[in-house]
Amino acid sequence: MSERAAAAAPTPNVTRTDPMQPAPWRVVRTEPETHDAFKLTLAPVEAGPPFTFEAGQFNMLFAPGVGEAALSMSGCSGTVDRVVHTIRAAGRVTKTLRTLKRGDVLGLRGPFGKPWPVGLAEGRDVLLVAGGIGLAPLRPALCHMLEHRERFGRVNLLYGARSPQDILFAKEIETWRGRFDVSVEVTVDRAGADWHGRVGVVTTLVPRAQFDPANTVAFICGPEIMMHFTQRELERHGVPDESVWVSMERNMKCGVGFCGHCQFGPLFVCKDGPVFRYDRVAPLLGIREV
Amino acid sequence: METLEPIVSELPLFKGLKPEHIQIITGCAANARFEAGEFMGRVGGPADRFWIIRQGRVALEIHAPGRGQLTVQTIGENDAVGWSWLVPPYQLRFDIHAVTSTRVLMFDGKCLRGKFANDPELGYELMQRFSQLILRRLEAMSIQLLDLYGDHDGEHE
Amino acid sequence: MQQRPAAATRQSTIERKDLHRLFEVLRARGYTVMGPVARDGAIVWDELSTPDELPAGWTDEQEAGRYRLVRSDGPALFDWTVGPASPKASLHPAAVTLLNARREGPALRLLECVPQPTRLAFFGLRACELAAIAVQDRVLLGGTPTDPVYRARREGALLIAVQCGRAGRTCFCASMGTGPEVRSGHDLVLTELLEDGRHLFVAEAASERGGEILAELPATDTTAAESGAVQAAVARATAGMGRTLETEGLPALLARNPEHPHWDVTAARCLACGNCTSVCPTCFCVTTEDFTDLAAGLSRRVRRWDSCFSVDFTYIHGGNVRSSSRSRYRQWLTHKLGSWHEQFGSSGCVGCGRCITWCPAGIDITEEARALRQDQRGKEGSRGNA
Repeated sequence: MSERAAAAAPTPNVTRTDPMQPAPWRVVRTEPETHDAFKLTLAPVEAGPPFTFEAGQFNMLFAPGVGEAALSMSGCSGTVDRVVHTIRAAGRVTKTLRTLKRGDVLGLRGPFGKPWPVGLAEGRDVLLVAGGIGLAPLRPALCHMLEHRERFGRVNLLYGARSPQDILFAKEIETWRGRFDVSVEVTVDRAGADWHGRVGVVTTLVPRAQFDPANTVAFICGPEIMMHFTQRELERHGVPDESVWVSMERNMKCGVGFCGHCQFGPLFVCKDGPVFRYDRVAPLLGIREV
Repeated sequence: METLEPIVSELPLFKGLKPEHIQIITGCAANARFEAGEFMGRVGGPADRFWIIRQGRVALEIHAPGRGQLTVQTIGENDAVGWSWLVPPYQLRFDIHAVTSTRVLMFDGKCLRGKFANDPELGYELMQRFSQLILRRLEAMSIQLLDLYGDHDGEHE
Repeated sequence: MQQRPAAATRQSTIERKDLHRLFEVLRARGYTVMGPVARDGAIVWDELSTPDELPAGWTDEQEAGRYRLVRSDGPALFDWTVGPASPKASLHPAAVTLLNARREGPALRLLECVPQPTRLAFFGLRACELAAIAVQDRVLLGGTPTDPVYRARREGALLIAVQCGRAGRTCFCASMGTGPEVRSGHDLVLTELLEDGRHLFVAEAASERGGEILAELPATDTTAAESGAVQAAVARATAGMGRTLETEGLPALLARNPEHPHWDVTAARCLACGNCTSVCPTCFCVTTEDFTDLAAGLSRRVRRWDSCFSVDFTYIHGGNVRSSSRSRYRQWLTHKLGSWHEQFGSSGCVGCGRCITWCPAGIDITEEARALRQDQRGKEGSRGNA
């Protein structure tokens, strides 16, 4: 993979002076990931400052004439000369992005948002709990941990997909499973006779993971209800709220806190998040339609 | 033959029960093994036993005409399968199917039901523990029903 | 934006007939003068060439859901309180093109629309409007990054305030601590006086720029009597506030009452029309829209005002987070009076009363806040689903 240009630990940056102006990026590769998800590899058209991001940050990808979508990066974090997005074609913009071909140009703004606090996980056991396309924003965190494996305790990836056909990064998951230093558990919500893996919600994987609840960091990404139930299961296993981080999803038009759309109580999901410590958002998660 | 008592007393489902209750339960227990693909029970069949998986994986399945076999849930190590033995009409609600070669502790539910008449406390204890199990399964299944990762979810769009 | 020098500035008095000199000085300095005019039955902001275009002889009557511009027989230019429009439309425009994109074969040219710096002189800002500009400054310029569109307009803006000599029925700036006295944010402040057949403006500079402009105007030293009349005018406006709002502890009160039964009462009245957000001088929410000309391979991206009352404001595919009007009204009010503090260090409400006047259902933010203080159910916190 050529995602990585250099190893560095820089801070998030917005490279253009006007945060609303996208830069042109070229599609260097597009591949189907599942029946409705695909992987886009992008390279900048114009020379400019290096692109640096941290695990869990997102970009606004712009399909001219159609619109923009906030999409998390799924490639390994750092200073990169390629940006990788794993996207589920679900809306107008993402469906348009799926039709792009090699050489096509789109607009990109970013990176935006607060990343997963991977530094806080050092010296502790790690639970990465993903639901659906929520695995994409967690992949850079896992990538970082595997690259600096000695800094972390036991690393567990718990992943719930809709069906065996919806499993993202299937080949890579097999590679991870082959390693002795990371534990990978996958479950699906529904399956037919040809599936020999687990069936059940992702929360049922928590008891399968090896971790010391008092010295664990959990990163959860998926639909809000999935994150809510996962946190409850972790609580039942003794993991305190302060060790749990979630990535929130809200409508975003600007990515920098000007448009007002992503407000979640006093929080702007785009700039205060999307990654939040669970206890910060817990009171709001309990309120309907907040 | 060694007694199963130390193993039974360490199972999450029975942890903390009185020694005399562990003894009764052990008296109704036996080791068993199922090969991959083997059916441990069929929907509608008598629910006279339950199992705790020691190694392997078991699927609860329903066969839907036209859609084939659908897996409702899989159950793995240390988890219990089968609760229909506790309540009338003592009939299995799902096909129970060993996905992999599976070692289990098998418990004779009919035998245990017989003991409850003389030992309501044991009945109450087991009912409590199975209720928790059922509640968690019910919760898990209701989340599954929501089809969270279907057309309703998406990442920041 | 500039601080008033520590030494007290002197007041000067300008005759009404010399006001045109101010306009000339402003134009000579390259400013486009924006000010109030009476048009289509309301006081609105527009570009002015002379003070004769100001709404002389007009006053207004305002109540919840009601606004009437009425003739007064006097020569006063500022005998009215704020209308539906505010300088927001000039500083944070309702629609602005962000960029044009052109397909050239497989390539794509993204043509930025770089915001052009403007030099706007706002003449006739009320204290509440200055406060609203200060609020928007914090929202759009207070962090990193800043909004280039707002910055280009705001940095060149000159703010000339006119103090209110009377308050309207929906005014409550005194409760919000933003008026009626003009205290900060302005370059120049005027107070209109009509005494003994004379028509005067008492002026005071609050910035270097303001001082330079004032120095170019024909003026006399303000007399003690005139100074006294200025104070009396402000006192009259303070005493005349049509509404009050108790702000003490309000953010915390709102945060712990998301399920207050009163939200349902208001939801039954609220039409979710978004009038309140469009007249509010601090509401800043925007959305983006994309337009295409397929034949020419052109597309345009436009930013325009949006409202948290729009159904799809919170759309994430599959549905809208705030689908009920109850939740949307709650969002608007709790943001304005509550969470705004945590986000930007002040209330989002300046007490101008526009949302009360222009609500077709007559929903009154001050009454809402009062009702939410009553009968606080869920006082013990809001965590956990029912």
